[in-house]
Amino acid sequence: MVLVSIGELFPSGRFEVCIDFAAAGVVIVYRLQFMIKSSSSSTRSGPCPAHLWIFSSIGKKTIVALTGVLLVLFVIGHLIGNLTVFIGPDALNAYAEKLHSLGPILWVVRLGLLAVVGLHIYFTMLLWKENQKARPKKYIASNSVGTTVFARTMRLSGLIVLAFVVFHLAHFTARVVDPSFQTMTTTLDGHQVHNVYGMVVKAFSNVPVVAIYVVGLFLLTFHLSHGLSSLLQTVGITNTRIRKNYELAGRTLAWLLFLGYVSIPIAILVFGLGKGAAQ
Amino acid sequence: MKFHLKVWRQKDSHSEGTLEDYTAENIPADASFLEMLDIVNNSLTGKDVPPIQFDSDCREGICGSCSLTINGIPHGPGRGTTCQLYMRKFRDGDTITIEPFRADAFPVQRDVVVDRSAFDRIIQAGGYISERSGSAPDANSVPISKTIADKAMDAAACIGCGACAAACPNGSAMLFVSAKVTHLGLLPQGKPETDRRVLGMVRQMDKEGFGNCSNYYACEAVCPAGVPAAFIGRMNREFTAASLKEMAGMTV
Repeated sequence: MVLVSIGELFPSGRFEVCIDFAAAGVVIVYRLQFMIKSSSSSTRSGPCPAHLWIFSSIGKKTIVALTGVLLVLFVIGHLIGNLTVFIGPDALNAYAEKLHSLGPILWVVRLGLLAVVGLHIYFTMLLWKENQKARPKKYIASNSVGTTVFARTMRLSGLIVLAFVVFHLAHFTARVVDPSFQTMTTTLDGHQVHNVYGMVVKAFSNVPVVAIYVVGLFLLTFHLSHGLSSLLQTVGITNTRIRKNYELAGRTLAWLLFLGYVSIPIAILVFGLGKGAAQ
Repeated sequence: MKFHLKVWRQKDSHSEGTLEDYTAENIPADASFLEMLDIVNNSLTGKDVPPIQFDSDCREGICGSCSLTINGIPHGPGRGTTCQLYMRKFRDGDTITIEPFRADAFPVQRDVVVDRSAFDRIIQAGGYISERSGSAPDANSVPISKTIADKAMDAAACIGCGACAAACPNGSAMLFVSAKVTHLGLLPQGKPETDRRVLGMVRQMDKEGFGNCSNYYACEAVCPAGVPAAFIGRMNREFTAASLKEMAGMTV
């Protein structure tokens, strides 16, 4: 019942294939877990070493860092795709059509991303819970020596970014924020395709929408200002000499991503990019 | 010099504590912070106030016994331990807040004295080498490069005072554990037990209820021995490598 309604929400026509892929994934993960368990129990008694690593302090941190790497790679790829808006309507529409024509692969990527986001948040919550417990009493004369504002606001910035991502998906993927987006079409090489360019121009001609995007992206930049360099420390690619350099590089990359993403709504709202394409 | 002190007073580990006000008068500028507290305690003699209890031992910055969070910073302003902090660092008439080292794994015993035996149990879980006893081997029989020797020495500088865990907003002891793991793991004498050591010490650290590092680097900023946080990164990769070996059944 639920599956049917999800299928209607995303009329890709190949939904059943995606379900098969997801089921195969679940079976593989289940088998792997079984194999790890059986191999360890045959050689030694005691808890499974994989479980010990995953739920150790460093294991949890590493999982948050590695899922963060995947998410940043997605953010970079997504920006490169989005920047086709500056080439012209056909470029962006062709890029969007190409993604949609991937069918089941697109769904594998989407579900994979969802899983990565889920792991990133789940392990952060485990860490947070333990950290709260490890330091129940705050100092009365508190002094945040050595820390940065980016590091101290990771959970807050992360939660706001999550809310922003949900809004963004509802806005441009499910297209429920402005239902008129669903019926916008254009012709590309003789085929009728969804007018992504027109949709983006229409969306970013609206000041409150642009404000939401700028704030959401700013918080993402905040999150990445700490996250991009912090992950190298967590996985252990560090020493005293290179840390200053990669902290600067991480912050620079975070702000470059901000500028890249924000350039699109600003170009549309302020500089009138694609004027008339929304009709 | 004269100071207004706000000192954490707590009867025992079960009772609730509060900040209480004291006045430190006639303090020489060259008195250490602990000597200042000695003077205050002396002035309490004869009054119906028990002296402020605090930890100290060598008072020359090498034993790691003294603690105290001064104005929110473990060991107070500047590098070095509380015993090496001199009152000339403060201005006459300053208000100084003195709290115990805060971490769930460091329960307050009385006033600003905390129980740091969690660190001892982490050391017992792997912070040693199984070297045969007897006469020392010839000094040059095991060559060690200068770079490695220096790095191991930087890590060995850790005096185990617990300021890192006290400064960490997550109550994480990773700077301490990484210093111990690094100083033994870098040297040939400690190499045979590298995997067992890092696995044992990190697991004991988790068990003691220390938090997880968020790379705030507050630990590094307050460490009186100048242990760099890069050692935490080194421990992270060593722990993951040892865990992978353990999963493959290759650890000894």
